[in-house]
Amino acid sequence: MDNRIPAVKMRNITKRFGSVVANDKCWLDVYRGEILALLGENGSGKTTLMNMLSGIYFPDEGTIAIDGKEVVIASPKDAFDLGIGMIHQHYKLVDVFTAAENIVLGLPGKLDMRTASAKIREICGKYGFEVDPDMKIYDMSVSQKQTVEIVKVLYRGADILILDEPTAVLTPQETDRLFAVLRNMRDDGKAIVIITHKMHEVEDLSDRVAVLRKGQFTGDMLTKNTNAQEMTNMMVGRPVALNINRTEPEDPKPRIQVRDLTVRDMEGTLKLDHVSFTACSGEILGIAGISGCGQKELLEAIAGLQPVETGDISYVESDGSEESLIGKDPLDIKKMGVALSFVPEDRLGMGLVGSMDLGDNVMLRSYSEGNSVFTDRKKSYKVARGIVEYFDVVTPSVETPVRRLSGGNVQKVLVGREIVNAPKVLLTAYATRGLDINSSYQIYETISEQKRKGVAVIYVGEDLDVLVELCDRILVLCGGRVSGVVDGRKTNKREIGAMMTRLGGEGRG
Amino acid sequence: MDKRKEPLIHITKRGAVAPGRAWAIRVGAIIAALLVCAVVTTLTTGINPFAVFGAIFEGAFGTNRKIWMLLQNMAILLCVSLAVTPAFKMRCWNLGAEGQVLIGGLATASCMILLRDALPGWLLIAVMVISAILAGAVWAGIPALFKAKFNTNETLFTLMMNYVATQLVAYFVILWEVPKGAGKIGIINQNTQIGWLPQIGSSKYLLNILVVAVITGLMFVYLRYSKHGYEISVVGESERTARYIGIKVEKVIIRTMLLSGAICGVAGLLLVGGTDHTITTSIAGGRGFTAVMVSWLAKFNPLMMILTSFLLVLLERGAGEISTNFGLNRSFSDILTGIILFFIIGSEFFIQYKVNFRKTAKEEK
Repeated sequence: MDNRIPAVKMRNITKRFGSVVANDKCWLDVYRGEILALLGENGSGKTTLMNMLSGIYFPDEGTIAIDGKEVVIASPKDAFDLGIGMIHQHYKLVDVFTAAENIVLGLPGKLDMRTASAKIREICGKYGFEVDPDMKIYDMSVSQKQTVEIVKVLYRGADILILDEPTAVLTPQETDRLFAVLRNMRDDGKAIVIITHKMHEVEDLSDRVAVLRKGQFTGDMLTKNTNAQEMTNMMVGRPVALNINRTEPEDPKPRIQVRDLTVRDMEGTLKLDHVSFTACSGEILGIAGISGCGQKELLEAIAGLQPVETGDISYVESDGSEESLIGKDPLDIKKMGVALSFVPEDRLGMGLVGSMDLGDNVMLRSYSEGNSVFTDRKKSYKVARGIVEYFDVVTPSVETPVRRLSGGNVQKVLVGREIVNAPKVLLTAYATRGLDINSSYQIYETISEQKRKGVAVIYVGEDLDVLVELCDRILVLCGGRVSGVVDGRKTNKREIGAMMTRLGGEGRG
Repeated sequence: MDKRKEPLIHITKRGAVAPGRAWAIRVGAIIAALLVCAVVTTLTTGINPFAVFGAIFEGAFGTNRKIWMLLQNMAILLCVSLAVTPAFKMRCWNLGAEGQVLIGGLATASCMILLRDALPGWLLIAVMVISAILAGAVWAGIPALFKAKFNTNETLFTLMMNYVATQLVAYFVILWEVPKGAGKIGIINQNTQIGWLPQIGSSKYLLNILVVAVITGLMFVYLRYSKHGYEISVVGESERTARYIGIKVEKVIIRTMLLSGAICGVAGLLLVGGTDHTITTSIAGGRGFTAVMVSWLAKFNPLMMILTSFLLVLLERGAGEISTNFGLNRSFSDILTGIILFFIIGSEFFIQYKVNFRKTAKEEK
C-alpha cells in the first residue's frame, strides 16, 4: 500500500518554543481517501504539528511535501492554496454574521451572496451537512457552528482536512452525524486527519493511526490491526490499565438534599425546572445530559454561585440535621463549616488564574484564612509542591504560571487543590474534558478514592462510557428537568442517551 | 535540497526570559533610541546631537536647584502613578487621577483659606490631610460605586469627573481670588504661613520626597504581600475566579478605587500645602495621564516605577532646556520623547518574541 504518493508527507519536522521542544524530528504521512487518527497525550505535539501544516507556525527544521512535491507553508494562505484546511478546537466565527457571510469572509473577488449560498447548499448536499446559509451564528448550537467551520474550509477548496478534537463538545448523536459526513468526504477522495482522545472513536472512524509521544513520532499502523490497549501503551510509553475500580458505596448517607430547585439564567431562560435529588456520602452521583441542559447551573447553585429562583439546597450533617445553602456565597458556605469543593468546567477562566503561578493558585482557596493582613505564601508553595509530587504534575517549578502547563497538568493542579482540604462534598464538571487517556484515568482514580473516603461526589460528565463505568447512580437531565435516576451498574449508554433526549427515555415526554 | 524558500523572518515566542537578558534588551533599546534621536536631530536642525543630549542632562541636573526640582517633579508624578496602580492592577482604568489630584488640592486650599483663623496650625494641617484624602477618595469612589452597582464604564466616568473637578476649581479660584479681578488666588497665607506643610531641613521639597518614598514602599508591600493585594490581582485577572472563591468583587472594586483616589488626594495635598501654596486648574499638570504611562511601563511594580517616573521627568525637564538653549520649538523635544518611548515600549516585544532571520536558522545547527 505504501507505494501510493501521500497527500501530505512531513519529514524530520522540529519545532521549538523557547527551550521546549514541541516536535522533534516528526514524520507523518497522510493519504487521500483515508481518515488518519493522530494520537498522543496532552503536550505530545499533535496540535503543533498540525498548526505547521496549516501555516500557523513555521517549522524550525524539516520538510513538507504535498502530493510528492516539496512545499513551503509560511502562512495560512499558503496552506489554503495547497488545499489544506484546519478546523480548530475553538471556532473562529463572527457571531453577528450569517453562516454564508462567515464562509465567504476574507475571500477575494466580488461579493455575490446568492452564488455563495448556492455553492454552500451544493457542498452540504454532497456530503450530507445540515446547515442553513442564512442563519446567524449566534442562533446556532455548538455542532452547527462546527459544521459552518467545516463547510468554510471545503468552500475554499480544501481537500486535506484537519480536525482538532472535533467531538469534544458534541453529543453522541451529533458525533454520529459528524462521522457520517467525514466518511462521505473520505469516500470522495479527501485526506482527513482527526485529533482525538477517545479510543472508541478512533476504532470506529479511522483507517490508520499515527502516534506521537513527547514530540516524537512513535509509529503508525492500520486501525484494523491494532486495539485500544496497544495504542494507549504506545502513547504513554508503558502499559496502562484501562479500567476504573468501582467499589460498592460504604454506608451511604444523604449529604446534599436538593428539593424543587428552579433556576433561571441572566437572560431569564429557565435552566432548571423543579429538580429534586439526594447526593449521598461515599457515592459518586453522575449527572448526564446534552450540553447546556442545566448541569452548569446545578453545580453552581450548590456551590453558591448561582442565584436560585425557588426550591432548596441543604447540607445534611452526619447526625441528620439540615442546613440550607440558599443565599450563601462560597465564603459563607466555608464559614458554616461545610467543606465543599468544586472543579468547574472552565478551568482557566474560573477555577484557576492562568497568569498566576501554582503556589498563588493553590492559595486561592486558603488566602483568607487567619487574621494577618498578609498572605501566607510559604504554606501555599508547600501545598503546591505536595500536589505536584502526588499527581506527577509536569511543570518546571511551582513558580510557573499555570497557563504554561498543558491541559492535563492544569486540571491536576485544580483537582489537587480542591481535594487537599479534605472535602465532604466534591462537585466536578467535565473533569477529564480534553485530557489524554493517562491523565483521565488518574483523575477517575482520584475521584473514586475520594468516594472511598466518604466524600459525596457529584460528577457531571459527557462521555457516557465513562459515566456508566464510574458512577454509582446517574441522574439524567433533559431540558432542565430530571429525566430519571438510574443505577450505574445496571444501565447502559443507550438507555441514558434516550433519557437525555426524552423525559423518562420513552414516549413523547 | 536545502534550497527551499524560507520566509525572510519568522517570529517565535521566547520561553521564560532571564531578567539579565531582558534588561540587556531594554538598555539596547534606549541606546538605539538615542541613536535615532541623534540622526533626527542632525537631519532636521543641523545641531550637534551631543550638544542636545548635553542640554537635556544640563536641564535635569545642571544645578542644585534643578536637581531638587527634578526630584520634586518625580515625587509628585510617582505619587500619582502609585495611586492609579492598584486600580490598574485590578483592570479598572482609573483615568481620573487628574481630577482626583485637583479635588484633593482644592480641599487642601479651602481648609487653608476657610479655617486659617479658626484652628491652630497643627490642627489645621491635620484637617487638611484628612479632607484632601477624603476628597480624592470620594472623587474616585463615585465612579467605583457606579461600576460596582451598575457596571458602568469606569474609563469614561473617571475621565468625565476630571472636567467636573477642573470646573469646580475654576469656580473657587474666582470666588477666592486675591486681589479681586486677578483671576487667581495667589500664595495662600503668605505672611502667616499657616497651613503650610512643615519644611524639613533646608529644602522645601524634602518632605514631599520622603512622603512619596514611604508611600512607594507601602504600596509595594500592599500589592505584593497583603491579602488585599492578592484580591486585587485575582479580580484583575478573572472576575469569575474571584467570585468562584468567594471574593466580593464589588467590595474590592470600591475599596481599591477609594485607595486610588485617596493617594491622589495626598498628591494634591503635597502640591498645594507643600510646595505651591496656591491652587490653579492646571496644578495637576497632566500628571494624571503621564502616570498611566509610568505605571504601565513599570508593569505595575511600584519599585520599577521609581525608574520610569525618573525617565519621564528627566525627558520633560531636559525638553524645556533644549527649547530655550537652541531656540527650538518645544514640540521638538516632544518628538525626541516620543522616539525614546516608542523604543522602550517596543523593546517589550523583543523580550517576549524572538525574530529569526533566514540565515541564523542554519547557523544554529
